[in-house]
Amino acid sequence: MGRFVFKLPDVGEGIAEAEVVGWHVAVGSAVAEDDPLVDIMTDKATVEIPSPRAGRVLAITGSPGDKIRIGAELIVLEVDNDEAASPRDEAASPGADVAPLAAPAIPTPAASTGPVQAVAKARRAPEPSTREKIEAPVAVTRPTGAKPLASPAVRRRAHELGVPLQFIPGTGPAGRIGHADLDAYIASGARPAVAASGPAGRARQERIEEIKIIGLRRRIAERMQESKRRIPHYSYVEELDVTTLEELRAHLNARHGADRPRLTLLPFLIRALVCAVPRFPQVNALFDDEAGIIRRHAALHIGIATQTPQGLMVPVVRHAEALDLWEVAAEISRLAAATRDGTAARDELSGSTLTITSLGPIGGIVTTPVINRPEVAIIGVNRIVERPVVRGGQIVIRKMMNLSSSFDHRVVDGWDAARFVQELKGLLEQPAMLFVE
Amino acid sequence: MMRTKVLVVGGGPGGYVAAIRAGQLGMDTVLVEADRLGGNCLIRGCIPSKALIHAAGKFDDMRRAVGDGTIGITLREAPSIDLKRTMLWKQGIVDRLNGGVGVLLRKANVRVLEGWATFSDAKTCTVRTSEGEEIIRAEHVILANGSLPASLPGLAFGGPVISSTEALALDHVPERLLVIGAGYIGLELGTAFRKLGSEVTIVEARERILPNWDEPLTNPVRRWLERAGVILHLGATVEMVERSEAMAVARVRTEDGVTLPVTADQVLVTIGRRPLTQGWGLEAMAIDMAGPFVQIDECCRTSMRDVWAIGDLVGEPMLAHKASAQGEMVAELIGGARRQFDPVAIPAVCFTDPEIVSVGLSPEDASASSVSLIVTQFPFAANGRALSMEAGEGGEFVRVVARSDDHRLLGVQAVGAHVSELVGEFTLALEMGARLEDVAGTIHAHPTLTEAFHEATMKSLGRAIHI
Repeated sequence: MGRFVFKLPDVGEGIAEAEVVGWHVAVGSAVAEDDPLVDIMTDKATVEIPSPRAGRVLAITGSPGDKIRIGAELIVLEVDNDEAASPRDEAASPGADVAPLAAPAIPTPAASTGPVQAVAKARRAPEPSTREKIEAPVAVTRPTGAKPLASPAVRRRAHELGVPLQFIPGTGPAGRIGHADLDAYIASGARPAVAASGPAGRARQERIEEIKIIGLRRRIAERMQESKRRIPHYSYVEELDVTTLEELRAHLNARHGADRPRLTLLPFLIRALVCAVPRFPQVNALFDDEAGIIRRHAALHIGIATQTPQGLMVPVVRHAEALDLWEVAAEISRLAAATRDGTAARDELSGSTLTITSLGPIGGIVTTPVINRPEVAIIGVNRIVERPVVRGGQIVIRKMMNLSSSFDHRVVDGWDAARFVQELKGLLEQPAMLFVE
Repeated sequence: MMRTKVLVVGGGPGGYVAAIRAGQLGMDTVLVEADRLGGNCLIRGCIPSKALIHAAGKFDDMRRAVGDGTIGITLREAPSIDLKRTMLWKQGIVDRLNGGVGVLLRKANVRVLEGWATFSDAKTCTVRTSEGEEIIRAEHVILANGSLPASLPGLAFGGPVISSTEALALDHVPERLLVIGAGYIGLELGTAFRKLGSEVTIVEARERILPNWDEPLTNPVRRWLERAGVILHLGATVEMVERSEAMAVARVRTEDGVTLPVTADQVLVTIGRRPLTQGWGLEAMAIDMAGPFVQIDECCRTSMRDVWAIGDLVGEPMLAHKASAQGEMVAELIGGARRQFDPVAIPAVCFTDPEIVSVGLSPEDASASSVSLIVTQFPFAANGRALSMEAGEGGEFVRVVARSDDHRLLGVQAVGAHVSELVGEFTLALEMGARLEDVAGTIHAHPTLTEAFHEATMKSLGRAIHI
């Protein structure tokens, strides 16, 4: 048997490190060639790294959330010594040289915007590799009966959390349990047993669940923080009478219900943006605040804030200006499905120039949306409700809806923002205008 | 009646640490101590004995320089010692540390009550102080009553028969000293008095000195004793002692069954210590015992709710640093933290000549677990610093015990001059779960004794440099 050290390959985005999202294997598990080993997240995508060889896992590096440098040791496998390595006596020479047969390569797009599946099975591409040297004996499995190996600080923290150390796999030398192992164990769903006693009901609950902010959640947190930190948000709410628009929508859905995608309000809103943006180019722009440059886009790539099981994601309807109502509707539903089941491609999740956030029936009265940086505006759609309003001295029941929008006040003046929203209001309240040049 | 959140009984290294920590955590804390603050450790044990050992070592060095000094230093006439003044100097150190403990307790807002506490139930005690009686009722009680020197059956302390307490307060060097019991206390004091000029005879019932330590470790000490002219009777017992005012004659039955009379000015009995479980109402507290000790769990809880016990009262090892660690932990537990007493190893030190330290498993302990081991010794004879201190020619060494499968350290022992100062590193290595590679990969300063530890791990890995 030999040891095979597999280093994190360059996943081809010119990045120096990647974040571990989750391991598919644990120390001790057997893996076949091409079995998924680990999901790695870069700035742009999550990539599944397959095993280049069959073997048994001896050690893994990094817990979910940890950043690993490209080229750093990722996993150590115990493999059959065959053509790869010359026969040697393991016991006599514990510091064994191991030559991996092949290192996998992740399909690398020629340009960074190339179409790469976000979660893609990587192909194996044989390439010569340098000989790896690993420290002698990496015995990460704890001998039965041996006390778990951990520093006093780790032992104390585990005890405070109510986690028995003997259940935690140690990834350190000699199976030593580190803080990271403890974090990983807790993150894996092992519930701390602190104060777990007592019936529910009115019993006082003292348990505090620690959740490590990693992966997509960390990315969302960072982006939201960055947006709010850098952008002075200016929010503007206006009330829209969408009675006519809703009549038109119902009519179109009734007429084309069988052969065309069902229309929601969003395609009409996007249509209104297509109409309004040429007169308000300052809102369909990306502000590179470090370079001090605003790039006004002729194309309207609409980001649609979408809730997924993992958290908020923003798929993009590209070139909305070139699509009709039903094409927009079809694209929105396709992207929403792909995003929710995790098959959306990287370029389908980036490149928007203006974002819409809509919570549908739970849209509330007012929202204060956070701008999807480096964009400069975000349009929030609130709930449609029937309300008594005054029209020509009469109280009538109308379908009313608010638009809550935020703008980057550094580059969009309040006056312009207000006029832009009023323009949208005019278009949506008189929907015929959406189709009049 | 005085009410308090925490009552600590005993101002030794367990009790005063518990009280300081409890005070730091903002809990209303009372400490009761009948004697001076600091306990056996500070007043009658560790600190005074180390002072005496230091003075004895200095005196011995000078004595050996009389006539033909080995390193070119000669004294024309023999030095003399005024043990009274030595004791005053020792007392100065004790007083200073004792005062320091008082200051620390005050700073932590601990009320110190000088008196003897007697419990009437588990949470209530009466303290007899110089100003009368005070009843204290506490939510939490920490028992840190400590231990006493054990006496031989039929040989009560008194007159020339003394314990370590009196030995550390003698005002003259006894001409002839008989030490009964070759444990670490007997040997430390026997060695010191030999260096001060006493004729020392040591009687030990077991077959070897320091029976709690393995033979290779104790051999350099035995060689020193023999070279220094200490008479050792191993496997021997003291049958009876006839004593008069100023001296005693012991009848020692040797290994061969011969009975010898040994005349001594002082008979020092150091056969161990026993927990102090009597005379303070323990029986009224309804607390379970474990043999002679108070029974506790891994959090130092006794069988009585909110009554805790630490230190010598709860069992071996009877060491100050164990008591302190338990005391600190118990205070935090009372303060609401989740803690347990789970050290990997508690170091033990013997201040003989040379010193012995041990932490973790000895090769003997470790081999009992059927794990295959790497046991390596590195001699101080190959350590430059040791040789430069005249401390490498007596067979001294550092020994490392590690598992052969994953190379984790299981124990480290050493015998040699000043090795007590190395034990911190040994213990840290064990607590951190170090492998041989970790120690071997750590640069150790040259020229120091610590290099011997480094080299021992290198040797375990088959790549020692200096041997």
